[in-house]
Amino acid sequence: MRKHPFPEVSVAAVLLLLAPGYALAQASEEITWGLRMENFAALILFVVFSGVVMTFIRLARGGRDLYIRRIAGLNAVEEAIGRATELGKKVLYVPGIMSIDEVQTLASLAVLKHVAKHTAQYGTPLEVPNKDPLTYAAARETVKEAYLEAGRPDLFNEEVVNYVTYDQFAYTAAVSGKMVREKPAANFLVGSFYAESLLLAEAGQSTGAIQIAGTAEVAQLPFFVTTCDYTLIGEELYAASAYLSREPVMLGSIKGQDIVKFILLCWIVLGILIFTFIGNTAMRDWLLPH
Amino acid sequence: MYKKQFPLLLAFLGGAIPIISFFITTPGDRLKVTTDTLQDWMLIIAGAALLLGVVNLFQINLRKISTRAKGWPNALWLLLSLVIAATFGLADAFGTSVFGIWGGDVAFQWIQDAAFKPLQATMFSLLAFYVASAAFRAFRVRNVEAGILLAAALIIMLGVNPYAVKVLPFLPDATNWIMNIPNAAAQRGIIIGAALGAASFSLRILLGIERSYLGLQKGE
Repeated sequence: MRKHPFPEVSVAAVLLLLAPGYALAQASEEITWGLRMENFAALILFVVFSGVVMTFIRLARGGRDLYIRRIAGLNAVEEAIGRATELGKKVLYVPGIMSIDEVQTLASLAVLKHVAKHTAQYGTPLEVPNKDPLTYAAARETVKEAYLEAGRPDLFNEEVVNYVTYDQFAYTAAVSGKMVREKPAANFLVGSFYAESLLLAEAGQSTGAIQIAGTAEVAQLPFFVTTCDYTLIGEELYAASAYLSREPVMLGSIKGQDIVKFILLCWIVLGILIFTFIGNTAMRDWLLPH
Repeated sequence: MYKKQFPLLLAFLGGAIPIISFFITTPGDRLKVTTDTLQDWMLIIAGAALLLGVVNLFQINLRKISTRAKGWPNALWLLLSLVIAATFGLADAFGTSVFGIWGGDVAFQWIQDAAFKPLQATMFSLLAFYVASAAFRAFRVRNVEAGILLAAALIIMLGVNPYAVKVLPFLPDATNWIMNIPNAAAQRGIIIGAALGAASFSLRILLGIERSYLGLQKGE
């Protein structure tokens, strides 16, 4: 019998169902129904964004062909796994150091599933060391499921996805050590990274491994760009799962996101023109809530 | 139903409640309190997951030790360190002594000061050398773009050097201009793109379109 993909789900479900009851006991009676006016501008953006994205998802469901530009870093994923397979070496996947309440970590897990499926198909060893315990639990189930999908559940064991430590630099030391001692042929550094980004990427670079990085942390991007072969910059990381899966519905959401980006760009240009030539303080006051 | 729909429903609720509470107030602000409660409970779940992680650590390293696999003394040392630190840490938390000799607080603080912090500082200090080697690679002039990067980096590095500023007094202004105009513009472009990407990804999760993070596949 197949196990549930999230054994912790039952605990989470009980907690989630208890939450409203606990909240009722803690609630203050002074506040009533209403809009948070300080977040009104964000609400408009949220409605426009959701509307456009859902429209494009609907269009994609209807069979419309949507063009998404080529992302070199994602095209190189299979090349990196292929190289590891040829060399008979392992693939190292680092899902960042943050927990699963960070969207980058969720995006990383989606890429991990794709990588794990391919390594399972080729019979290439994979290792996923973790810093955060929740990310570890989720990554373990993601990889286990990917191995099952690839028809190779026999290849999965407790060492594939392992827990290292909760300390940032102890984790960095452990992963750098693995890179230097075991010399994986491909290193994936995808997720949320901070001060350890350069330490990990340089250690990997020194071993000659092909490195694919992806993060939305702007301060860490220069480190990855200088030390990795391919870097997924910001939004490319979030688009990765849609791009790799090639599911039309997912691609529709990416297209919708691009349209909203264009709308925002026009909005910014319009704002610049208004502030420069008219100096409309009323508009500024509305856009920047106090 | 349990395997497919329930995790998706949980993800939807866990995401939708904070979003709604961000825009709407309810009587007694119950949604906001629910959101705060969910965040508190996430910490509890993380604590349980940490236990899972420690079990995994023991499983892997005990296997290494028992099979005398390559590097098994390191595994032994790791587990010993873990047990010693955890013993003193727990003694500190419960305000007791270990073997009636060492006070938990003193011993745990000693481990922190004498071993943990120096090791952390050692790892962090490596950054200086790695920044130098990464900069050396990045600043090799191979094309026009790399040349521009090198020129900008030189101006910025000299712009914060007091001796260079004395000789070339325009450098701080040039540094500020590079950091505040082209650099900030590029960073904001990336930040706006990333924010929209995160929003789009979150929407896919809320709608149940993106499910690979749960280990589920298309159509499940």
